[in-house]
Amino acid sequence: MSELQKNSNMRRPRFSPESLREVEAIYRRYPPGQRRSALMPILFLAQREFGGWLSREALDYVAELTEIPPVRVYEVATFYTMYNLKPVGKYHVQVCTNISCWLCGSDGVVQALRNKLRLKWGETGDDNRFTLTEVECLGACVNAPMMQINDDYYEDLTPDKVAEIIDRLP
Amino acid sequence: MSKSAQTLVVYRNLQLDGSHTLAVARQRGGYQAAEKALAMSRDEVIEEVKKSGLRGRGGAGFPAGLKWSFIPKKDPRPRYLVCNADEGEPGTCKDREILRHDPHLLIEGMIIAAYAVQAEWGFIYIRGEFYREYERLQAAVDEAYGAGLLGDRVLGRDGVRFQLTVHRGAGAYVCGEETGLVESLEGKKGQPRLKPPFPANVGLYGCPTVINNVETLAAVPAILERGGAWYAGLGVDKSSGTKLFSVSGHVNRPGNYEVELGIPLKTLIEEHAGGVRGGWENLKGVIPGGSSTPVLTAVACATVTMDYDSLAKAGSMLGAGSVIVMDKSVCIVRAIARLSRFYRHESCGQCTPCREGTGWLSQVMNRIENGRGEKGDIALLKEICTNMSGKTICALGDAAAMPVVGAIKAFPEEFDYHVEHGRCLVG
Repeated sequence: MSELQKNSNMRRPRFSPESLREVEAIYRRYPPGQRRSALMPILFLAQREFGGWLSREALDYVAELTEIPPVRVYEVATFYTMYNLKPVGKYHVQVCTNISCWLCGSDGVVQALRNKLRLKWGETGDDNRFTLTEVECLGACVNAPMMQINDDYYEDLTPDKVAEIIDRLP
Repeated sequence: MSKSAQTLVVYRNLQLDGSHTLAVARQRGGYQAAEKALAMSRDEVIEEVKKSGLRGRGGAGFPAGLKWSFIPKKDPRPRYLVCNADEGEPGTCKDREILRHDPHLLIEGMIIAAYAVQAEWGFIYIRGEFYREYERLQAAVDEAYGAGLLGDRVLGRDGVRFQLTVHRGAGAYVCGEETGLVESLEGKKGQPRLKPPFPANVGLYGCPTVINNVETLAAVPAILERGGAWYAGLGVDKSSGTKLFSVSGHVNRPGNYEVELGIPLKTLIEEHAGGVRGGWENLKGVIPGGSSTPVLTAVACATVTMDYDSLAKAGSMLGAGSVIVMDKSVCIVRAIARLSRFYRHESCGQCTPCREGTGWLSQVMNRIENGRGEKGDIALLKEICTNMSGKTICALGDAAAMPVVGAIKAFPEEFDYHVEHGRCLVG
């Protein structure tokens, strides 16, 4: 388990008034007295607001805001793969290499991405534009091979298609 | 069973434009089954589902009606209904179609189930990566609230309340295990709980809880609409109804197909999924129910039918119905090594046999795959599997062991060749 990373160039993170209203709305989605259930959605909200990842300071802020002991917040943030514990690029490219994707040519997709982005697994480019991550099955197996870039799935990929998709990103 | 004769129960609306909207759902008779159910007694609803023979479609195959009947009738605690939409078993992507193309069918199934077990609050736990599916689903839930289908007066009925919350997971296969899911819903890391007590008695927030898969709940409206006996007439004995199959890998037309249980695997592949790449003779083997189910040889594939009993007899499982087809170009050792790596990544670390065993399996599988296998490695793999199976809190340990044991049994020559020659039989 990687250590929680500090964010040296950030003042103490705080939610905007709009996000604080969102936090209240999240609490209302759970039964009275079950506010702890809101932790996961609040962590997603924090990740979105604080630059796409969760620093040690961000987690401490969430702990204070939710009145959940910090260690419980760290536990949750480190258990799930979708909480980024270090900065990621503007585009987080996640490629499935599990069995169905592998059978359908994910090796070629991975090679095409590596050539295009010049990144190894887990790396972020110097311009902070791309992060390349290998992921486990994302549940689109009948349209393999596939990748996810931020919130979107790209399916039925070929090496050529991959290059085109990357080129077309704004 | 010809393709044209298939009965669509769960996927019946998928082809329509705007199938995810309430307007189209209504045109297709949506929420009429819920109306019907709410006019019945709760016991009658449970009885109908029992009669249908519907079994849990998430992989375990437990009878749904029976599960509902385990919820204590007289109990002061609130009851909860949870839909497991954490679709994560490699090879599985059937529920995604319902989530993004027919969310109202799922919501209707949940209204009926919640009524039957007296749950006034429900949750849909959707895997975090399904973000666009989540947006669709949340929009449908909002629409249902707006139309008075959910909330304090469900379908306009006094005293029938049902709040429905969509909760996103955040990337953890183990949360597909129902008690891991419940932990996650409570805002914790998703480590499965020791059972008993079972969720029917002590589930979410310590209260009686029913947890059903998306496909299971989506089958409920049709059962109420047309009757449990009608549904029981589909499929085969002890495997009634239809099943969604995700057919992936080396087929000409990969896809999600709904067919009656009991369909020959060969028919499913040849007639629905367009056949094996390069023809049936080019088939090496099939993983019939998702990554945790043992692989079948081509010989077994020629005769097995897709139902709980037949697959069990063939030494595998129906699982989630995720059919992974491999042609003769595939190195079985490499395929299984990839799965072992997956389980190592996903073990939650709680139980020693699983935490250590998945690591060992992955290491030894990799060593064999990379030509560094040692004499005795195959026996070592079997021993590790024996030490994991049935010795952990949840089934993840078994899920990691089964594909390894199954592959060694089905394709012993490939493992032997790898160890002996330090390379693959396939080339």
